[in-house]
Amino acid sequence: MTQQSQVVLGVLAQHEEQIISEWLQEAGAGSARLTEAARRTMQGEAAEIVRGVRGALQAGADPEDFKAPAWAPLRETLESLSRSRAAQGQNAGETSVFVLAFKRPMFSALQRVAGDAQSQLAAVWWLSVLVDKMAHWTVTTYQQTREEIIQRQQQDLLELSTPVIKLWDGVLAVPMIGTLDSARTQMVMETLLQRIVETGATLAIIDITGVPTVDTLVAQHLLKTVSAIRLMGAECVISGIRPQIAQTIVHLGIDLEGIASKASLADALGLALRQRGYTITRAA
Amino acid sequence: MYRIPILQMGSILLVTIQVDMEDQMALALQDDLATRIAATGAKGVLIDISALEIVDSFVGRMLASISGISRILDATTVVVGMQPAVAITLVELGLSLQGVRTALNVERGMELLAQAREETALVR
Amino acid sequence: MSAEPLQGSLPVRSEEDIVASRQKVRVLAQQLKFSLVDQTKMITAASELSRNTLVHGGGGVMRWELLEDGVRRGLRLHFEDQGPGIADVQLALTDGWTSGTGMGLGLPGSKRLVHEFELKSVPGQGTIVSITRWK
Repeated sequence: MTQQSQVVLGVLAQHEEQIISEWLQEAGAGSARLTEAARRTMQGEAAEIVRGVRGALQAGADPEDFKAPAWAPLRETLESLSRSRAAQGQNAGETSVFVLAFKRPMFSALQRVAGDAQSQLAAVWWLSVLVDKMAHWTVTTYQQTREEIIQRQQQDLLELSTPVIKLWDGVLAVPMIGTLDSARTQMVMETLLQRIVETGATLAIIDITGVPTVDTLVAQHLLKTVSAIRLMGAECVISGIRPQIAQTIVHLGIDLEGIASKASLADALGLALRQRGYTITRAA
Repeated sequence: MYRIPILQMGSILLVTIQVDMEDQMALALQDDLATRIAATGAKGVLIDISALEIVDSFVGRMLASISGISRILDATTVVVGMQPAVAITLVELGLSLQGVRTALNVERGMELLAQAREETALVR
Repeated sequence: MSAEPLQGSLPVRSEEDIVASRQKVRVLAQQLKFSLVDQTKMITAASELSRNTLVHGGGGVMRWELLEDGVRRGLRLHFEDQGPGIADVQLALTDGWTSGTGMGLGLPGSKRLVHEFELKSVPGQGTIVSITRWK
């Protein structure tokens, strides 16, 4: 353990309560806008952070190496702080402000410790490095959490916009709308395959009427979906290929490898029914 | 070495693969099936892979081989129950399993085998 | 279930080892909470590569690392052997060598199953194939 970390540890051990209460004050816990419950949560968060710092210091950790295992409990505390703040809709600035507010009470406490200016400065600098790392970690996690939330929302949107419909006994249809990208097609493929297993469907119709353009990549994705469906033992038809897309497909030299394609979903359904031996007659 | 059991139901041989097979086991299965088809004059082989979470190129080739071998021995092979994740992975791997007939489940597989028998009967 | 250590290795010297490597990769991928499809892809790639190590490399080892890049988690596997090596890496990575007829190394296929793929080989000295999938 270095001299600075020893000093910091000593200060924390002796003045923990005072430091935490000044910290909370600094972070706006005294504000009238905060509920009692929120105040208590903040207090808990501060106490947990101090616990993490003390634990790491006792294990001889170095703030320069914030990824070391000794800092793990503290990192986890900061991550969950960040996640809960992000879920509450606070921005990254507000979240890191809380962490940074730890500095002032610590600086005051360190200055009160007997010792020469040189070693005081060293301890203060040492602490500053640590708190900066902590704030940085909080912000990084915050960004990651926001991204996860956005991804989840995108996923939900995807699922909502690409329903798998049972058209008939053993016939499923997927109307695709909008641009097809890798992630989207993957998701459709997985959902469609799962539904095929669940319903025992023998035919899946992928309707691309609502897809504006088809390039080589999209065509590849579609082909993979068809191949996977066939591998499992069902058949797949692509419908809704508009004339422009048909031209693009030929122009790009894409070989739809004998995938039956029908101009419209209605035609595809008609074919499916006929293949299953149905004839449709109008009741007199 | 554990050999995967082959059950006989009339003129159909049934195999359910439930273990994570060593390569030798897969080859042994191929061997055993060829022998049993010839010995029993079976017309259909149903291989249930619904319990297989991983089908790599070795197992894929084994299934393709069995299909080919059975065809030469005048039998049809149907592989049933491929899991979606397996299908997606095989496609990505680039294995098309050409010539291997597949069905969603045992019931459909049996229907396919019955159809295939009818078709060969017609030819005769 | 206790967590797997961040790094480890398994020998690849027999067919049982190929099965063992599949099972180990499954445990690791599940620990990282990979989706079912992603687990399947990683395990299948591992199966292909460990078989290569055994059959073409004369046996070797599979090493694994659990990765942490900020908050991103991943799994990296290295398949190492001291075998004959691959003379023409470019050729091995083109699709003409897929394992459809059992004559190739199936490398392009495995490559498509993962996010990162690295092949280092020196003829006469050996080969290391490294693959990575991120959660």
